[in-house]
Order: sequence, then structure tokens, then C-alpha cells
Amino acid sequence: MNAYLLIIIPLIGAVLAALWPRRKSRPLFLPAVGLAHTILCFLLLAKPEAVEPAAWLAFDPLARAILPGVSLLFLVCACYTVGYLRLKEQDNRVFVPALLLVLGLLSAAHQARHLGILWIATEAVTLACVPLIHFNGTPKSFEATWKYLLVGGTGIALSLLGSICLGYASLHGGGSGDITFTALLAHGPNLSRAWVLTAWVLLLVGYGTKMGLAPMHTWKPDAYGESPGIVGALLAGGVTSVAFMALLRIKSVVDAAGEGAVASRTLLAIGLFSTLVAALFLLRTRNFKRMLAYSSIEHMGILCIATSLGGPGVWAALFHVWSNGLTKGALFLSAANLQRVADSSSIDDVRGMSKVLPRTSILFVVGMFAITACPPFGPFFSELLIIRTGLDAGQGWAIGLFLVCLLLAFFGISRIVFAVVDGRPRLKKTNPAHLKESAGLILPPLFLLAASLWLGLFTPDILKGAWSAAVLQLFPMP
Amino acid sequence: MNDTLNLLIGLAMGLNLLALGTSRLPVLIRAVAMQGVLLGLLPLVLEAHGLDWRLVLITLATVAGKGVLIPFMLIRAMRTANIARELEPFIGYIPSLLLGATGTIAAVALTRYLPLLPEHAGNLHVPGAMALILTGFILLIGRTKAISQVCGYLILENGIYLAGLLLISSTPILVEFGILLDVTVGIFVIGIIVDRIQRAFDSLDTRKLTALHE
Repeated sequence: MNAYLLIIIPLIGAVLAALWPRRKSRPLFLPAVGLAHTILCFLLLAKPEAVEPAAWLAFDPLARAILPGVSLLFLVCACYTVGYLRLKEQDNRVFVPALLLVLGLLSAAHQARHLGILWIATEAVTLACVPLIHFNGTPKSFEATWKYLLVGGTGIALSLLGSICLGYASLHGGGSGDITFTALLAHGPNLSRAWVLTAWVLLLVGYGTKMGLAPMHTWKPDAYGESPGIVGALLAGGVTSVAFMALLRIKSVVDAAGEGAVASRTLLAIGLFSTLVAALFLLRTRNFKRMLAYSSIEHMGILCIATSLGGPGVWAALFHVWSNGLTKGALFLSAANLQRVADSSSIDDVRGMSKVLPRTSILFVVGMFAITACPPFGPFFSELLIIRTGLDAGQGWAIGLFLVCLLLAFFGISRIVFAVVDGRPRLKKTNPAHLKESAGLILPPLFLLAASLWLGLFTPDILKGAWSAAVLQLFPMP
Repeated sequence: MNDTLNLLIGLAMGLNLLALGTSRLPVLIRAVAMQGVLLGLLPLVLEAHGLDWRLVLITLATVAGKGVLIPFMLIRAMRTANIARELEPFIGYIPSLLLGATGTIAAVALTRYLPLLPEHAGNLHVPGAMALILTGFILLIGRTKAISQVCGYLILENGIYLAGLLLISSTPILVEFGILLDVTVGIFVIGIIVDRIQRAFDSLDTRKLTALHE
């Protein structure tokens, strides 16, 4: 029942917000609904409910391992949005309900235990994000939205085809064609191998597009670069985790069908390729929001590499989902502060921000160290764990290449961050009213950074337990 | 049953070639609409022995969505944008026709080698789906006007819908409706964006969308 509440509360909130007559007070729906959602999520994290195996939607161990993190990220972004929208003249009658819709659909997609429901929820999230991406209303933002729709739409269409192939694998293997994950897993070794592999390729390309793996990543820099910072944070921390979770669930079916080795190899290859492509583009880009997009592509690659390493790798990947989501959120929110004041996100226009926005600049620099895996933040520990697991699994070469990519990414990111922060300010326009770093704009990214630090230093036992339970769900011990 | 099935799918495959060969957008949109109607009728043919209300409902919804609602939105977008032709495609009409025809023949020939259940092996069901998906991709890649690309996307979706009918006996009605709803809303959203692009760029030529790059 509570699992459904996680979906229904935001959806009701979205309807109420759409009907709410006042523009000024409408954004308050966001933190209110976000708080209710987070409380419910963490209650469920602390006291997991029994899951009915045949249920289509349930707060199962896998949802429990990821969804609370997404919920927390949404709550913090929601608090930030209140301050953000106060400074905007634009109408928010679409923006606020769309954000709440995204939260509800994200909850549905994380909890989906039926391939069809998973697809419907993922596609719906994709569509609900559209008005968020072109909120700024510039021609560039429409260009970004068009690319997002076309690339994302094609990807999601391929994942539907893949879901159908997986159903056919069951039908061909003498099953009923039932595409709940429970039924597919139970049918395991009887699934038709040829169709399972076809399905895996299509689903990897499809959900990989949503996740932003190279070479299907092309929409990502455009969409992240042109949308408001909060939207980038939610796309990078919430929507990608849905696609990642979909791949995790699907991979467990492929494992059960006896083709796990092939799936792991493809994941490792695509993960390394994404990390490499992202690292190379990070050395080239001159825009700090596009930089965050490439960094997100890099981290999605890291998740794939970790997943390819089996059970302990998946545990590390779940850890990394949390640490990456929270840290990336802090970076997106501080980047949004910088962009608002500088009215640009290119390092050709934005310089010397440490003089203009001292606090935001500190957050941005610290966030940079956190995301490039400097101790003692969350990403350092999760990536260290992935490296150790990889070496234990005998993937020395892959880990070597991975470390080179991390180093290149560090060069790329630090180059841009210091170009933005250092030097003499050169602003297009000086608008003193916008220069105030109010608590509403500083505390949310600060909180996210603190959460990332806390996650790294004192990873709570309850989360460790949740991740172990999720791994056990994916790789049932014989 | 196989005869009617082959007839409907064969006609849909013929419409592929019409879609690939025409430069006139109204023709393209009507071809996609006709294809939607033909494919929408398929559930009735496939499950002819067990005709029940849920089957009729799916058929009605699909025909209404793919054959009426979506084409109507596209025609309206076309009128507001005031364009009727695709003038400079990336892949010309003759090359795309040849590509599409070759692909269709290859799909029919290759199906024999696929591991299919006996009831799906002897007809046009699987090759039809493959040909539609291929045609969709050719249009998506080869055309420059936003509306033609949306039509390509729709043909791709039609192909996937046809593939999905392989599972018709085991897919719950709720899931079918969810997928149909998502596709319809998706096209609606695309329509809005097309309209905004038209206003922002004063054109629906997607080659003009090049401001964002590294």
C-alpha cells in the first residue's frame, strides 16, 4: 500500500499545484510534497514491507536501495526551487506540476516489477521532463528539447522492442510470455537464448540512451546545458538512476538465462567507452553546465563498469548511485547560482566568480573535488571500492584504463572550474539585486555536499544493509 | 486467418514505400495514418476465435489514436507551419525507396532463419515488423523537416506495435493502454515542440538546429 502512496502523493500534489491560483505560493507545493515523500521513503527504508512476488509495483529491496536517495535529492532541489522561482518572472503553472509529476513517475519506475510498467513509467518520465527542459524558453532550449525528444524517443522505442523480445524469449521457451521480472527469473534457463541476447542488446541501447551512455549520449550535454540547474540535478540523479535500475533488473534475467558473461562483457565495454568519451570531451568543452553533463556520462560509465563485476560490484555501484547523485546535485545547484548572476555558462564569459559569489564559488570548488573522487567525499569511497572489486576480479587492464580516464576527467573538470572561479570578474551585466547569496540558494547545495561527505565517512549501516539486500535480490545465493 | 493477416500487413508494407517515395507531407501523413488503421485492425484478426470486449476496445483505441488523433495533430502542425513539401532530404527519394525495398526483401528472406514459433513462421508478421522499423529509421535519418522525422518515428512505433502483437495473448490490457497512451501523449508533446521551434527559428528545418555543439 505504502508503495502506491509514494506514487499517488506526488501525482495528487501535481494536480493540486496545477489548479492552485497563485503563482507566488505555488512553488511551496514542491517542498511540502517532497518532504512527505522523503519521510515515507525513509520510513520504508527503516521498516521494509514484505513484497508480494507477483506484484507489478512494490517497494522491493532494489527500490529500497535507490529510491530514498532520489527522494532526498528531490526534496533538497524542491527547497532550492522555491528561492529560484521567486527570482523568476515566468509563469510556473506548468513547471511546478511537471516537477511533481516527475517525482511520482520516478517512484513508479523505480518500483516497477513488470517490464511493460517499467517502460510506461520511463517513457512518461521522459515526456514529463520536456516542459522542464525548455523552461527558459530560449531558441537554444527548444533545440535541446528537440534533440532530447528525438534521441530519447528513439532510444525508448528500442527498449520497448527489447521488452517484447524478452517476452518472446519466454514464449519461445515454452513459457506464457508473462513479462513480470519474477516470472522471467523463474523461467530463467528455459528462456530462448537467441531472443534473450537480442533483447539484451536492444534494452541496453534503449535504457542506455536514457542513462546517457556513449555513443547514445548526444542529447545529454544539450539538455543539461540549456535547462535550469535543478532540472539537471534531477535528470542526473533521478532519471538516470531509473534507467540504471532497469538495466540491473534486466541483467539479472539475462544472468538467469545463462548469458550473464556476455552481458557483463558488453557492460564493461560500454562503460569503459562512456568513461573515455566523457573524459575526452571534458578536456574540450568550454561550458560549465555541459561539463556537468559529460561528468554525468562518465559516472554512468562507472556504474556500468561496476555492474559488470558481479555481486560485490553491484553493491559498489549502488553506493556510487547515492554518492554521485548527491554530489552532482550540489554541483548543479551551485552552477545554477553562477549562471544566474553571470547570465552565461561559458568560461569565455564567466570569470572571477570568487569575487562576485564567494560562497557559491567555494561550494563549486569543493563539489568539484568531491565529484572527481578526492577524499573524504562519497564518490572517493565508492570508486575506491569499485577499483578494489575490479582488481579482485582480475580486470587489471580495464581498471588501468578506468584510472587514466578518471585522471583526464580531473584535468578537464578542474580546468573549467578554476577558469570560472579565478581571475578578474567580467560580467555581461551587473545587477546588484541578483547578487545576494541568500540562504535559500546556498543551504541546499551545502546540505547535499555535507550529505556526500557524511555518506563517505560514516556510511550508515541501514544503507549498507539495503544495498546488500538488493544485491541478494539480483544474485540469489544458491 | 493467415490470408487476412498477410493482406493487412502487406498493405502496410506497401505504404512504407509510398512514405519513402513521396516529397509531399500530406501524403506522408496520410500514409502513416492508413498504416495505423490497418495495424489497428490486426488484433481482431489475430484473436478471431476469442472475440471479447477488451479486444474490441484495444482495436478502437488504436485505430482512433494512430489513425485519427495523431494524424490530425500532425496535419494541424503542418498547416500552422505553412509547409507542404520536404525539399532537400539527406537521403534522396529514389535512394530511400531502393534502401526500403531492399530492406523489405531482406526481412522476408531472413525471417526463415529466425528462431520463431511455428504459428509465427509462415506469414508476414515478423518481416513486416522488421520492414516497418527499418523504414522508420530511414525516414528519421534521411529527412530534414521536423514533421517528416515525426512520421518516421511513427512508422518505427508502428513496427514495434506489430512486433508487440506477437505477445497479444499474454499482455494485459492495462499495459497495452499504457503504451498507447504514452505514444499518443509523446506525439502530442512533439507537436507542441515543433510549433515552438517554428516560432523560434521561423522554420521547421532541423538542419538549422546547430547552435549546440562542442
